[in-house]
Amino acid sequence: MIAEFGQISLILALILAALLATVPLWGAYRNNQALMNLAPSLVVGHFVFLLAAFLALATSFLRHDFTVINVAINSNLLLPWYYRLVATWGSHEGSLLVWMLILGSWMLAVALLSRKVLPNYFMARVLAVMGMISVGFLLFTILTSNPFDRILPGPPDGQDLNPLLQDWAMIVHPPMLYMGYVGMSVAFAFAIAGLLSGRMQKEWVRWSRPWTLAAWAFLSAGIMLGSWWAYYELGWGGWWFWDPVENASFIPWLIATALIHAQAVTEKRGAFPAWTILLSIAAFSTVLLGAFIVRSGVLTSVHAFAVDPERGVFILSYMVLVTGAALALYAVRAPRVMTGQGFGYVSRESTLLINNVFMSVAAAMVILGTLYPLLIDLMGWGQISVGPPYFSVMFILMMIPIVALMPLGPFTRWGQDDLKRVFSPLTVSLITAVVVGTAIAALLGAFNVRAVTGWIGGLWLILGALAYLMHQKKAARRLRLTGGQTGMILAHAGVGVFVIGVAMVESMTYERTVRFAPGDTRELAGYTWHLEEIAPVKGKNWIATEGRFTVYRGDREITRLNPQQRLYHRGQQVMTQVSLQAGITRDLYIAMGEPLNDGTGAWSIRIQIHPFVRWIWFGAFMVTLGALVAASDQRYWKPYRATAEDAAGAQGAQPA
Amino acid sequence: MIRMVAPLLVFLGLIWLLLISLPTAEQRRQVASPLIGREVPNFTLPCLLEPDVIYSTADLRGQPFILNVWGSWCPSCVTEHPYITRMGREAGVPLVGLNWRDERDDALAWIRRFGDAWTMHMNDEEGFAAIDLGVYGAPETFLIDHRGVIRHKHIGPVDSSSYDDLLNRINEMRRDAGI
Repeated sequence: MIAEFGQISLILALILAALLATVPLWGAYRNNQALMNLAPSLVVGHFVFLLAAFLALATSFLRHDFTVINVAINSNLLLPWYYRLVATWGSHEGSLLVWMLILGSWMLAVALLSRKVLPNYFMARVLAVMGMISVGFLLFTILTSNPFDRILPGPPDGQDLNPLLQDWAMIVHPPMLYMGYVGMSVAFAFAIAGLLSGRMQKEWVRWSRPWTLAAWAFLSAGIMLGSWWAYYELGWGGWWFWDPVENASFIPWLIATALIHAQAVTEKRGAFPAWTILLSIAAFSTVLLGAFIVRSGVLTSVHAFAVDPERGVFILSYMVLVTGAALALYAVRAPRVMTGQGFGYVSRESTLLINNVFMSVAAAMVILGTLYPLLIDLMGWGQISVGPPYFSVMFILMMIPIVALMPLGPFTRWGQDDLKRVFSPLTVSLITAVVVGTAIAALLGAFNVRAVTGWIGGLWLILGALAYLMHQKKAARRLRLTGGQTGMILAHAGVGVFVIGVAMVESMTYERTVRFAPGDTRELAGYTWHLEEIAPVKGKNWIATEGRFTVYRGDREITRLNPQQRLYHRGQQVMTQVSLQAGITRDLYIAMGEPLNDGTGAWSIRIQIHPFVRWIWFGAFMVTLGALVAASDQRYWKPYRATAEDAAGAQGAQPA
Repeated sequence: MIRMVAPLLVFLGLIWLLLISLPTAEQRRQVASPLIGREVPNFTLPCLLEPDVIYSTADLRGQPFILNVWGSWCPSCVTEHPYITRMGREAGVPLVGLNWRDERDDALAWIRRFGDAWTMHMNDEEGFAAIDLGVYGAPETFLIDHRGVIRHKHIGPVDSSSYDDLLNRINEMRRDAGI
């Protein structure tokens, strides 16, 4: 009964979304206030029914309703309640439902928070465009991936949630990532509404900025959590694999990074508005491309969903509709909004333009690398896979100029500036970064090209951000920064922290696979590793072989580590449970390999030491925080005052 | 105008690439096993019917054989069973059943109920041999030639549409081996 209730809620949400996609748009077109004002109420109703559908599925999982196919496949009687809740979004169908709930939440947030900021006709258009997006996803769910399908009679017990997903990071990673993905639809909707309204290029960009920043923050956080999860859960000790699914999240991130910087230029100076629109469209389109890659099975990946080409065809058609229509509208309307001010070679505009060029090219290269195997296969040149070598080399090449130029950006004036003036406050930072960076790398025994470059680059970013802080302080006598400036300083310094982490991990990671029998003691990488025993342990829904290690530095005990090899008996799946001790300058990381079956009870044990690996995620966390602080800048939230331009803006959509 | 339409054209090109890649994705997954063309891993396992008897893949050198991975817990194995039975009769080469991660009693009960299709049984209770073989689900069927090279891997149940293809491949292996 509960599942049917969820099913009906989904259909009602679809009807409301369809109304939302049409009625307010018609209202904005005819300048009918009553029809436009319907939009927020429709958004509330849409959200309520999506929430009801989600709760219905969650309840089915919590109550072990195995007559619902989705529950029977992804959960069983032994699964603890919190993982049953996670199982709600552990499958393709359930994750779509969460996706839509999050879309509904973004719409609700826009309707509530931007209520005073946006003029009526603009709000109506934004919400209508998001309504259209929601119609597509709801149809996709109801027609191809219904999470409420029944099987009668239901099995007495279900299968299992993929053990890799039975982890707390999985509780937060997908919703966070989806917040970022779906948030890109807000920027998309603002851009389309801007195109529909004509002329208003400067205003809509300002209105759109906090939403784009917030979505970008969530996307960064989601990617960071995914990377962290892969690090400790997959047991390989890597933090990024250039897997198609990772690339699927990274491509929109790169585009959105370009977008938030392009928006700054368009808002402040009115320059390259068409480019900003194009990036807004591209950001959401690459999200759809990612959804296609993950859900259609066109590329094989470690964490793709159960695949079905029919779904692929649906998403592809949906992309054609959404992106195709947006780009067609762009082709028709963009010439009208193409008015920008000129700027000199050395200016804030050009630094941001350089940022955009590198970010977009990086995104294009990741897309190319991800889709290249398809192209090769299509041409009949065989099957290849493009691995980390391509991506790493390409990416480092892209990042070096970005890191080198990033601190210069904030010091550059709009319109026209002088290179000498821009550089003078940064001289000290640059010299310090080079000297101290080299010294630290040498002290850490990491005197190689990658580590030295990483330390210099990272310190240059951090000191550059601090220099900007001091500069503002001097200019304003006392420290008063806007949210935008604080966020920017935090985020840029965060990139510096991230760069140091990456450089150290990539150049100095220690990794050995060693034979350990119970009682063995070995000296590795300056630590003493002692295996006391290997013992069987039992969890709620798994059994495991556990190695009990004690790690010493000299005579001092540092930590006890208990890696496990787990067997989830329902799914008959073997899982490596890593044990690690986190530290600011290094992680100690142990994973069980295989039993050696030589009669001594020995196992092969993988021991890794990851220097500064936490800095990667801490840097990403600073970036996320910076974006959120920037999104809260008061400038974006000033109530809208109707002006004469308002009427003109509304009429912009009238047929001439 | 060209500049305005360019993004649309690029996008449509991308869609075209993705659309024509979709149908081949499934085939690619089927072929993309790194073990094809490699020698079959050497493993030694007890017989399912008589646990005292030990079989090894090395015993089968010199003749082509079929290796079918199954389990009593696997519903698709019941579906493919008539075809496996027919293959055992028609192929003319040994048909090895690799019982994967199963309870011996369950497996024997299953054979009593559905019939014994295999000419030789291996019992991989711990699943180590299956890991070496790169099995990621039952049923899977491997074709191995007289030099011990894995020629083909069929993922999922054998059905009427794949049976002829498998039999052709088996006959080809027999010709190569000269039997």
